[in-house]
Amino acid sequence: MSDIAIKVENLSKRYRIGLKEETKDTFVGAMGSILKSPLSNLKRLKKLTQFSNDNQDHDDIIWALKDVSFEVKRGEVIGIIGANGAGKSTLLKILAQITHPTSGRVELNGRVASLLEVGTGFHPELTGRENIYLNGTILGMTKKEIDRKLDEIIDFSGVEKFIDTPVKRYSSGMRVRLAFSVAAHLDPEILLIDEVLAVGDLEFQKKCLGKINEVSKRGRTVIFVSHNLAAIKNLCPKVIFLDRGKIIKFSNVNVAIRDYLALDKNESDNNFNDTKKGHVALNQILTIKNIYYLNNKREHVDYIVSGEKMYFDILFNIDQKLKSLDDVLFEIRIKDGIKEKLFTLSTYLTNSNYNNLMNDSSVLCEVNNFSIAPGEYHIDIICSVGKDYSDYLIDCKKINVVDGNYHNSGKKYENILYGPLLIEHNWLKE
Amino acid sequence: MIQENIKIIIQPSKGWQPINWRELWQYRDLFYFLVWRDIKTRYAQSVLGIGWAVIQPIFSMIVFTIVFGKLARINSDGVPYAIFSYTALVPWTYFSGALSGSSSSLLSASGMMTKVYFPRLVIPISPVMSKLVDFTIAFIILLGMMAYFGFYPTMQIIYLPLLILLMMLTASGMGMWLTAMSIQYRDIKYAMGFFVQLMMYGAPVVYPASNVPEQFRLLYGCFPMAGVIEGFRSILLQTNPIPWDLIGVGSIVAMVLFISGAFYFRRMEQYFSDVA
Repeated sequence: MSDIAIKVENLSKRYRIGLKEETKDTFVGAMGSILKSPLSNLKRLKKLTQFSNDNQDHDDIIWALKDVSFEVKRGEVIGIIGANGAGKSTLLKILAQITHPTSGRVELNGRVASLLEVGTGFHPELTGRENIYLNGTILGMTKKEIDRKLDEIIDFSGVEKFIDTPVKRYSSGMRVRLAFSVAAHLDPEILLIDEVLAVGDLEFQKKCLGKINEVSKRGRTVIFVSHNLAAIKNLCPKVIFLDRGKIIKFSNVNVAIRDYLALDKNESDNNFNDTKKGHVALNQILTIKNIYYLNNKREHVDYIVSGEKMYFDILFNIDQKLKSLDDVLFEIRIKDGIKEKLFTLSTYLTNSNYNNLMNDSSVLCEVNNFSIAPGEYHIDIICSVGKDYSDYLIDCKKINVVDGNYHNSGKKYENILYGPLLIEHNWLKE
Repeated sequence: MIQENIKIIIQPSKGWQPINWRELWQYRDLFYFLVWRDIKTRYAQSVLGIGWAVIQPIFSMIVFTIVFGKLARINSDGVPYAIFSYTALVPWTYFSGALSGSSSSLLSASGMMTKVYFPRLVIPISPVMSKLVDFTIAFIILLGMMAYFGFYPTMQIIYLPLLILLMMLTASGMGMWLTAMSIQYRDIKYAMGFFVQLMMYGAPVVYPASNVPEQFRLLYGCFPMAGVIEGFRSILLQTNPIPWDLIGVGSIVAMVLFISGAFYFRRMEQYFSDVA
């Protein structure tokens, strides 16, 4: 048996998106187009399954994947990262045989199970037990196999008390647990997982991650798509970084994530402007242009090392008519991945509001010990002059924090397991 | 896991695809559970439950007997109009139910199709199977009515399974065509309701096939349900000899519908998850 589990050669996938509709601007024209609309509708709908080679409807077509090739060895756990629309899900759907490629070839050595959603085919009127059978067979198990694993599945789900109750009476949490329990008992050689972890509470996510970990330790091949970089980092030694349908990088996880974040940075490097979402303009005597992260050597960085000294560099403009500003307050509010506030850095709290600020300059906030666990965070920036808010930016930039041996022990600090904050501590003997 | 063959090749599919019987066989448990889900959930949380399976043909029978039997005085081949129409309504109710279920099956399963792979052919076929339960119940009522009106089955009843097979073949053939088309053209969905209703007049449900002019008889038989329904009457009520001409033409058409439907379905299959 070859040790290649997945071999992908020049895979491309073309989609037809938003079929354009022309609108007439005169009444007669509009009436005419209503009469003609069945014909044009037919032409339009026909196109859904036809692709002509001329470039005439070029802008209607997007290539979700273009010439993607890679190989995955048996037992490898591969993460796929990339911005929305990079082609991650399309790739997974082709591997799962849900959608057909436009060109190229895929070879899968081994039984495949895909987990693009938990609870596919669940019927609300059926009981938990019945849905286990239904969902299990949809995922590719046989009845015999389910018979054998039934007790285990029910046990793992933790809903044994309600197993003969229709699923529509379940809480959504119970439903997800039951569904995941079925999926967790698939035993394929190749497992494809999409962002299923996005649903469910943290405990559920932890359970999923644990299960994926367990599956990979049994020598199964796993392909895992996620936006959760922390999870990717924990699970996948190698990562495919996709951008606009192409593989940018297929490498060691750290390198791929760094490149991915660099791309992210390039896009967010443009200065904030009024059209940016979350930019609440107030009196605008002072407007914030951008914020940069500096490391302990005061170099610009894309990510912050957990526990190290770092600086926030806030750039701003002042209304041209004013020479300088006094009593300026700055606040940087750090929020976690789900945008819950963690803490605030504030000139107010430290009694250090700025005076004499000039146009087009910056202020620097030093953080001695950035004791935040690896992960992705968001920030708000607030600025006021005197008593009035001057600028208020919500979720204006992301911060990516990477692991930094905070406890000097070489142990990895897992955000999802231990929580987002790091506290220096010692354990004493008597 | 089902896929016993270890190697899977994924390539763009071009043109006509053969039916992968082996894979269908591997997924027989899924097919079984889909049929079973259909049966189990159809009348869930209703007062009459499975009683609905007989209410539809019985009420139609009552209305038809009044309108067509008493008012319009349509010839019923010498048997009471009530049993004349009910004998036709049993297969017809099955057919219309199976056809509507089958033709809307892909659209209602689109959530499933975009998330997991399985042979798509099981989707339009499972309503054809699950409606057999309703058919059986309505048929038992028919046997009761036959006893009441004094009709007793003869040896000819051995041909009945053939007719049942024919109506299943027709429903699944048309179902595969329509459901594959409905993915791309939603018009099918809107048309099906009245289309099925109108089709009833193309079959000898409210009138006997003997009313059709002789020169059009074979053309009339091209709708396979004509042969099925006349066959039901002739076998159970002995109105006429078994109409082998209608059944013969109907069988050929049904086979063509079924085979072409299966191939068309397989050909369109590659677009289902993208277009749905």
